Amino acid sequence: MEAGRVTSFIAFLFIAAAVLYSIRVAKTRMPSIRKIAGLDAIEEAVGRATETGKPLFYTTGTADITGSYGANIFAGLEILGHTSRIVARNNADMIVGISLPNVYPLALQMVEQGYLYAGKREYFKPDSIQFLSSTQFAYASGCMGIIQREQAAATLMMGHFMAEAILLAEASAQVGAISIAGMTSMAQLPFLIAACDYTLIGDELLVAGAYLAQDPVKMGSIAGQDWAKLLGFILIAVGSVMVTAGSAWLKDLLSL
Amino acid sequence: MRRELPVLIAGLSGALMVAEYFFNVGILKTWGLEMQNWGVIIAAFALGLAAVSLIRIHSRKMIERRGEWYNSVLLVGGMLVTAVSGIIGPDTAMFRFIFEDMITPLGSAFYSMVAYYLLSAAYRTFRARSFEATALLLSGIIVMLGSAPIGEVIWSKFPVLADWIMQFPNLAGSRGVLVGAAVGTVGIGVRIILGIDRSYLGGSE
Repeated sequence: MEAGRVTSFIAFLFIAAAVLYSIRVAKTRMPSIRKIAGLDAIEEAVGRATETGKPLFYTTGTADITGSYGANIFAGLEILGHTSRIVARNNADMIVGISLPNVYPLALQMVEQGYLYAGKREYFKPDSIQFLSSTQFAYASGCMGIIQREQAAATLMMGHFMAEAILLAEASAQVGAISIAGMTSMAQLPFLIAACDYTLIGDELLVAGAYLAQDPVKMGSIAGQDWAKLLGFILIAVGSVMVTAGSAWLKDLLSL
Repeated sequence: MRRELPVLIAGLSGALMVAEYFFNVGILKTWGLEMQNWGVIIAAFALGLAAVSLIRIHSRKMIERRGEWYNSVLLVGGMLVTAVSGIIGPDTAMFRFIFEDMITPLGSAFYSMVAYYLLSAAYRTFRARSFEATALLLSGIIVMLGSAPIGEVIWSKFPVLADWIMQFPNLAGSRGVLVGAAVGTVGIGVRIILGIDRSYLGGSE
């Protein structure tokens, strides 16, 4: 075992076990999940694009699927699949801006499947999924250009963003678009909360797939994650009390 | 088989990378490194696919003289010149000029715009319309005054108050988000490795 990773490994096993157990339970008793305004607003955003005849702009940001924010991108792609289904159903237009080349074929696949599920495969336009640039600000200027030129009716930013987050959110505000964003990085979340109409904070983005699909397997997985979070918060509380009382036993144990 | 094979490859690759991270076993490290190299190669193919898409979209725009087609001319032209100068060699004057005298200053100029966009976002948001907006407005003002020298001149406790906001309510909230995101990330990883979640293939219905 790698030094310093024993606790992480046990935590990984615990989360995996909790997720698998909860998925099993969810097949007989579906867990409930609270309302997430940002995800419910997707219908409203597509509705606005349909009414105005202007496109909806969607982007997953600047993270790679193989990097540490890969889960955000997978979550963003799941929401893209869901959004494309609604777009297809409403005969609305959607433009997808992609920054990383390895996200491009996945986005293409998600949108095509979305049109297929909506029974509108013939309306799928591969050119609506555009690779812009893997250079951060070239990508940002590409997205801003599309938002401004096409006068986007709504902008969805789901994935991982850095300094370009505020640029895209403000470009949307300038054209009066509904903006919905979601990410887990605390470095940029405050800017998105300030600039966007709706923001998915932290793991609200990661549970989006389950929330939108209402699939027992995914819902069960979310319930399992809640057990893991509960354990985490108990450990934080107990550890804080122990350190305050002068014992570093739990802290040392978790550092193994 | 068209769906099972990708799921199997994704699961095995994911499990290998997890094992490589936790266990100090020579063969796992070698395979892990090999897998990362494959990732780079696959990304190179994806770049080719993305570049073809970019050229196709903009070529069509140029041919049909649609919208601001002259921007497409600049984009495709710039792309070809950069690609050719990169193939000739990254040490050539042309390639260095493109990176050092064009891309870097343009990136810096764009980054500097963040400040103005932040100001306009703050102007729209910092209005005391609700309890949350008022709390955001007040804490924002205190932290700004606590971080600027003028704040300490106005009231010596501003830096202390700003530090307290950043160290306690802000840090506690950030850690809550961080724990949730970390667990959610592991959850997605477990679902993909075990083949329970196949949404990355375009949905599971």
